[in-house]
Amino acid sequence: MKTQILPHVAARSSLSKKIAFGLLTVALILMPFVLGLAGPSWVRTADYALLYCMLALGLNIVVGYAGLLDLGYIAFYALGAYMVAVLASPHLNIHVSPWLLIPIGAGFAGLFGAILGAPTLKLRGDYLAIVTLGFGEIVRLFMQNLDRPINITNGTQGISGIDGLSLFGANFGSGFDLFGSHYNGAYLYYYLFLVLVLIIIAICMRLENSRIGRAWVAIREDELAAKAMGINTRNIKLYAFAMGASFGGVAGGMFASFQGFVDPTSFGLMESIMVLCMVVLGGMGNIAGVIVGAVLLTLTPEALRAAIHPLQDALFGRQVVDPDNVRMLIFGLALVAMILFRPEGLIPSRRRKEEFHHD
Amino acid sequence: MDIFIQQLANGLIIGSIYALIALGYTMVYGILGLINFAHGDVVMVGAMTTVTILSALIGFNLGIPPALLLVVAVLCALPVCALLGFGIERIAYRPLRHAPRLAPLITGIGVSIVLQNLAMMVWGRGYQRFPEVLVSDPYTILGARITTYQVWTFVLAIVLMLGLWVLVQRTRLGRAMRATAQSDRVAQLMGVNVNRVISSVFMLGSSLGCVAGVMYTASYGQASATMGFLLGLKAFSAAVLGGIGNIRGAVLGGFVLGVIEAMGAGYLSDWTGGLMGSEYKDIFAFLVLIAVLMVRPSGLLGERVSERA
Amino acid sequence: MTEAIPTKISNGHGHGTHPMLEFQDISKAFGGVQALKNVCLQVEQGSIHGLIGPNGAGKTTLFNVMTGMYQADAGVFMLDGEHVSLKTSPQELAKKGVARTFQNIRLFNEMTALENVMVGQHSQTKTGLIGAILRTPAARREEAAIRTEALRLIEYVGLSREVACRVAKTLSYGDQRRLEIARALALKPRLLALDEPAAGMNPTETAQLQDLIRRLHADGMTIVLIEHDVGLMMRLCDRITVLDFGQKIACGTPDEIRHDENVIRAYLGGDAVSHVGK
Repeated sequence: MKTQILPHVAARSSLSKKIAFGLLTVALILMPFVLGLAGPSWVRTADYALLYCMLALGLNIVVGYAGLLDLGYIAFYALGAYMVAVLASPHLNIHVSPWLLIPIGAGFAGLFGAILGAPTLKLRGDYLAIVTLGFGEIVRLFMQNLDRPINITNGTQGISGIDGLSLFGANFGSGFDLFGSHYNGAYLYYYLFLVLVLIIIAICMRLENSRIGRAWVAIREDELAAKAMGINTRNIKLYAFAMGASFGGVAGGMFASFQGFVDPTSFGLMESIMVLCMVVLGGMGNIAGVIVGAVLLTLTPEALRAAIHPLQDALFGRQVVDPDNVRMLIFGLALVAMILFRPEGLIPSRRRKEEFHHD
Repeated sequence: MDIFIQQLANGLIIGSIYALIALGYTMVYGILGLINFAHGDVVMVGAMTTVTILSALIGFNLGIPPALLLVVAVLCALPVCALLGFGIERIAYRPLRHAPRLAPLITGIGVSIVLQNLAMMVWGRGYQRFPEVLVSDPYTILGARITTYQVWTFVLAIVLMLGLWVLVQRTRLGRAMRATAQSDRVAQLMGVNVNRVISSVFMLGSSLGCVAGVMYTASYGQASATMGFLLGLKAFSAAVLGGIGNIRGAVLGGFVLGVIEAMGAGYLSDWTGGLMGSEYKDIFAFLVLIAVLMVRPSGLLGERVSERA
Repeated sequence: MTEAIPTKISNGHGHGTHPMLEFQDISKAFGGVQALKNVCLQVEQGSIHGLIGPNGAGKTTLFNVMTGMYQADAGVFMLDGEHVSLKTSPQELAKKGVARTFQNIRLFNEMTALENVMVGQHSQTKTGLIGAILRTPAARREEAAIRTEALRLIEYVGLSREVACRVAKTLSYGDQRRLEIARALALKPRLLALDEPAAGMNPTETAQLQDLIRRLHADGMTIVLIEHDVGLMMRLCDRITVLDFGQKIACGTPDEIRHDENVIRAYLGGDAVSHVGK
């Protein structure tokens, strides 16, 4: 009697499940080539979508499972990214292998997750949100200003020339050749990120059905009753922060290698809110929902941007407004609309639906 | 010693601005138990609107003293902000009165994003300069250099706060507000139109915020579409510091935070041996907030939140 | 907070004759309201002890002190002969073996019935993050053991296996109450505190609950029980303590309580004393 994420899944025959699974695998493997037909930038977009999947899954542990509203989650992304940037680039001329930095980044970010989470353990929901927001801003401020007296982060200029990943001597950045065509590095990073996302999904699924996972949900549902069960809510919450942060750290490190440079502007409040929205709008606590949220919220702005530019040309003959503003505007409106009309998210977990539509 | 007095003066003046904005947060939290995430951006709209109108009026060369034009500009911006506050409550918060608290927080964030980007579409991403309307030579009191304008800011802020106090304590609306803040269900049974009270609170907070936004812009010489976020966060910290839901608390919190920030900006270099300079001054608001919530979550004067929260 | 010097020195953890639970002069005030005043309570091992009194008498407050959710201001708290600090947290008391159900049913609604009972075993199990992520053999064994035990407890309280897989919120009211008891039993408690377990139940469900409590009693569990269903209390309890306005006004067997003047006065008023119980 395993926990059902989607109750009706059990009703389908196991053969059709296997077929669907097989099709999905093939689709995922061929995806970058399909996207590449629409233009090489779409493969990069897919890479970013996968990075955001990692972030969303990480935040899902904190917000979705444990019910802790974290508005400063991007700080762990920043920590992971800057760690790789500092330790694998010409900036300080240290060149640790980025592969090694994956587990180190995870551990480092996880530790910080516990540190930043510790002061928030006794706070009410809204206050928790604001304090975590504050922490996110503080981390960003430090990244922006740690260029004196010792230049660690290179301040507002950021760090560039970060080492890309390489496997068996071949640098990811240089791409590969197949059947006579050359495919750039984005393809290779796609497969790497896909593997990482799958690993993270596996970890999340195992955590969901474990003693700690149940303790998280218990705390989210009713913290007092959870305490009455003998659950050490303090430690369990710290585990949630640490686990979620570690995923963020891994994603950040990958981001640094992939993009080749980092600067403080990538790690502001808006990014934290974006990830939160992916979790909330996709369906809090639900792995599939959160992934859908991440993919949707990464792809839609790109699609919008692609559409708005020609639209403005057609309507006004020129660019009247910055397309970035338009897409953020739409995002804000969509956020409000979503909460007003379908707050449980696209693929809700059981209870949320009842919580919002109880009458 | 000179720095101390100077920073104290600066702190009190910026603190009065924080206090005015904090009042908006504290009144809403006291009644609805929610953080109005969009409040800072309403302040921004007030500031930007005023600057635009003022610049236009000056451009007309009507021969009217600019200070008077400023008053006119503010009076034009006030209803804009009040209306904005009213609209935000109606659209983004009222339908969610009974939803879990995460919901209005997120819609508040959504509204904040909308306002910021609309502002950027209208005014661009850069800064709007505040016209040179209130230039005067600073004079020195007790070793601190203060301009006439700064004194006016302080005085006006105090007057507004007193006005709000009188309204809350002595008028019918104020009584209704206090009753609703204690228990909206019982207030309703007593015949109070709770919806109208809540709308009034939003409009009041937005209006005070509008004035504060103008003061802030005049102080720093410029306004931008993104100024609302940081300013709002600081003001909210001030509200929590004083005791959320508590009007006197918001005032006290504003002044205390202003002074702490000013002192920090002035002395941080000395304290850290040059390691950290005044560019870190924005951290103080966060640090204060975190410290308060950990050590004395009900704030300096105690919180006053309704039984629903 | 002051703690009185215990008048009884513990003799160690033996079985023996000491009560399972003992309160001496427990007091608790909330601001100006004295919720509990010098309350004394002795619950003998293996007995069913009832707690009755008019609304607002302080019964649930006493339960909250018993389970660590409120910290008493003064008095002595002894559990199975051991002195318990008044500052003990709910988690620690749960680990010491005090389990409870709630007046308003506080199940973990999102989880299945089975998962609810599995959570109850949290403090007796130890698989951490690493074990969970890596699915070590030890972790898998523990998980299987937790599941088996949870099923056993669900059947013990009279629920069927089919119910175990359903989400807690979808269960009937009576089933939810029994599930809460199963969850409390998962803590392997020495003392089971039931807060109005029969509230809102129809007669059939109440009878089933009575059987369950009798079964627990027969298996040696010490039970403290708050209930408004006076008939149920009279049938089930070995002893009853009566509270009124935060003070103990009577303690004794059901028969003694039925005829106690103070109790009659508290429930029915002064004039009733001369009319009732003759």
